[in-house]
Amino acid sequence: MGSRASTLLREEEIEEIKKETGFSHSQITRLYSRFTSLDKGENGTLSREDFQRIPELAINPLGDRIINAFFPEGEDQVNFKGFMRTLAHFRPIEDNEKNKNPPATEPLNSRTNKLLFAFRLYDLDRDDKISRDELLQVLRMMVGVNISDDQLGSIADRTIQEADTNGDTCISFQEFMKVLEKVDVEQKMSIRFLH
Amino acid sequence: MMILVLLLCCISSVAPQESHHEHDGGHNATGISIVTFKWHHVETPYLIALWVLVSFLVKLLIEANHNVTNYIPESALLICFGFILGGMIWGADKVQTFKLTPTTFFFYLLPQIILDTGYSMPNKLFFTNLGAILIHAIIGTCWNAATLGLSLWGCHQGGAMGNIEIGLLQYLLYGSLMAAVDPVAVIAVFEQVHVNEVLFILVFGESLLNDGVTVVLFNVFDAFVSLGGGAIDAKEIVKGIVSFFVVAFGGSLLGTVFGLLISLLSRCTKNIQIIEPGFIFVLGYLAYLTAEMLSLSSILSIVFCGVCCQKYMNSNMDENSIQTVRYAMKVFANGSETIIFVFLGISAIDKTIWVWNTGFILLTLFFILIYRFIGVFILTWFLNRSRLVPISFVEQIIMGYGGLRGAVAYGLAVNLNETKIKEKNLMVCTTLIVVYFTVILQGVTMKPLVQWLNVKRAATVDLTLVEKVQNKVFEHMLVAIEDISGQIGDNYWRNKWRNFEEKWMSRLLLKPSARKKQDRLFNVFHQLNLQDAMEYVKEGEHRGSLEFIRNESAFVDFKKKFGEDYEEAMPDIMALNDPVSACRRDPVPSVSLEMHEQNMRGLREAEGINSHYLLDQHLYKSRKQHRYRFSRSHLDINQDENEVQEIFQRTMRSRLESFKSGKMGVAPPKTITKHTKREPQPKVQPSARFNRKHKSLLCCVYL
Repeated sequence: MGSRASTLLREEEIEEIKKETGFSHSQITRLYSRFTSLDKGENGTLSREDFQRIPELAINPLGDRIINAFFPEGEDQVNFKGFMRTLAHFRPIEDNEKNKNPPATEPLNSRTNKLLFAFRLYDLDRDDKISRDELLQVLRMMVGVNISDDQLGSIADRTIQEADTNGDTCISFQEFMKVLEKVDVEQKMSIRFLH
Repeated sequence: MMILVLLLCCISSVAPQESHHEHDGGHNATGISIVTFKWHHVETPYLIALWVLVSFLVKLLIEANHNVTNYIPESALLICFGFILGGMIWGADKVQTFKLTPTTFFFYLLPQIILDTGYSMPNKLFFTNLGAILIHAIIGTCWNAATLGLSLWGCHQGGAMGNIEIGLLQYLLYGSLMAAVDPVAVIAVFEQVHVNEVLFILVFGESLLNDGVTVVLFNVFDAFVSLGGGAIDAKEIVKGIVSFFVVAFGGSLLGTVFGLLISLLSRCTKNIQIIEPGFIFVLGYLAYLTAEMLSLSSILSIVFCGVCCQKYMNSNMDENSIQTVRYAMKVFANGSETIIFVFLGISAIDKTIWVWNTGFILLTLFFILIYRFIGVFILTWFLNRSRLVPISFVEQIIMGYGGLRGAVAYGLAVNLNETKIKEKNLMVCTTLIVVYFTVILQGVTMKPLVQWLNVKRAATVDLTLVEKVQNKVFEHMLVAIEDISGQIGDNYWRNKWRNFEEKWMSRLLLKPSARKKQDRLFNVFHQLNLQDAMEYVKEGEHRGSLEFIRNESAFVDFKKKFGEDYEEAMPDIMALNDPVSACRRDPVPSVSLEMHEQNMRGLREAEGINSHYLLDQHLYKSRKQHRYRFSRSHLDINQDENEVQEIFQRTMRSRLESFKSGKMGVAPPKTITKHTKREPQPKVQPSARFNRKHKSLLCCVYL
């Protein structure tokens, strides 16, 4: 793409992203301008600091974790495609899409993929299991300072008890999906992207 | 207090006789009198002061018992007391000597209430939702007016009201004065029912902005009534529409001008800090009167005056002055509101104005309710299609039910011209009844209605712990993604406005010292190289500006320290500098749309560690749930501020940790600094990028 991030996004790229993520043309261009406005280094990729510069994320308990979710394993930069791929998880599920062209692979915003994204927020070491420690970390981030470590520990234990069916004191992805089957994930994890 | 009232009655009955005496026996020289009873000398101011005192005493009585105010909103109680007082005076005098006259209301009682609302308006919230608010205010009000007028006329034709002489135009005029939702009543009732901030700002903003429409509609139809039906043609209608734009925009523009004037003045008042607070009251009032003079919308004028001068006043003025202004405004506004409601009650006890027409009154009430709901549903359906966060059904019901009419409608009704509108008394009576109905009945039933709706909505399915935690995770995730993708706040027009504002307005209107505080942070952001950064950090830790990283209880005053960027991110709070007050709990138990919290507060900790209870108590709220604290009588910080403090400090601490650990694994800073200073070549790009990385991380620490 050249040393200087061009402000023009090529048509082929837009088509690619459209196919992969399902965003519309106008949504992609809009999000691209947002991407470039975040990209202070103007090198076509975002680093963690670029995300951290968004003030609202500093007062979001899960802010840093979500920033992490944008970066693929072990990398420190994310390009526009990766950016869109992550955002695609939050697209609302539309029924008519299924009829038009049944995609070869499961779309990024399917229920399973949404839950996988949520699962990965907990599971930092990517071993496909949420251990007690990982759960504790997330709980601690979301709860005030008035809960002692013991109390939080017992909450974590009870939570794992509810979900753990095979007794390994960890929550696997299958167990995670099962325990959340009554939750309307589609609605709770979708935002309507502006055109 | 009873004594005072009796005194009032006696005085008012004695006074006319006194003046007679004076006239008759005026010229008898009887020598020097040591003490004379000069009632007529002080009559007017004395009565005014006495009435103000009585109103305040009534309020004192009401507030003495919080149990009652839990069920019945203050405004309703004030009106009831007004009835009692009116009854007493009627009994003593056989004539209602005191009533709420339009002049008193519009010139002396209303302006300070509106100024207070404008000055404490949450600007960001207001302007974000401005589109929705405008649509409700303009289209909603026109809809209400038109449908009410036409339906009543239709019923009249159908004979439901018997023999009254009201023509179509007069019905439309009546509709226009009944259509407007009243800001005073809305605040009074919504203060008890804590709803989420978006809902509140929609109803409240609508009640303020619809004044523009009401004024125009009223004047237009008034003129039409005077002209008579025959003279209305397309030209007049076009003139009516044009006058709407002139009145609305003219009023707002005038208010903005006055607001800027106040800001400019506050920039120069360093040496007379004692009078600083006075300017806003005087100029605000002048804004109101000037708009009245030019027949523009005075409410819009004073609202925009308050809205514009907020920011600059708060930056420029001395702490004491800021406090004084805020508190004094609340005092005046509260006082006016009390007096208005008491007098609304008193004005009713007057045989001369009462005309009863069952059909007219009942139909009016019925139509007002129905059309309000229909209007709200239609408009929100239309708006939801382009809103990020749709307005739920429950919220729509609350919006519809919260369409209260109040004193403004009464004031307009009394202003009707009797010669042209024969049935003026009927209209005044109906207006009074509608006001009582909405304020008292709807006010009293608002809270139970919300509770009932929530009980239905909560549909008690017991959530498992996992579901609870995960729901919260989802909420935080959505908020974060909204912020990252720039859905909220990163707007082309917003950014343009921000740049314009920084460049021109701040330079003109902010005191140099206030601007420097903002600039310093910007300089940090732009100019640091690594060595400076390190020193700054060391110095900061030493001096305490980074104190919060070590000391968990240090209070970060967002507005003062971090200026613009954080002001955007925080829920709008009227921050007091005192961290102690931040811990003050909500004294008035309130109903909110979040039933969980309501239930959980009842549980006792003695019941032992209950995980569900703990989670409900302590899980951080996401931005969607922040409750807005707009209150006539309380000035405290939204207690969610503490949560935000905690989260912010924790995040910054962890970011600084990772920065420090990153620093450890790299070559000593000196050499790299030299490189960036002297050789901006591609060779050094990796380290340059490294520098930038650390610079920006530091800036994140500060910003």
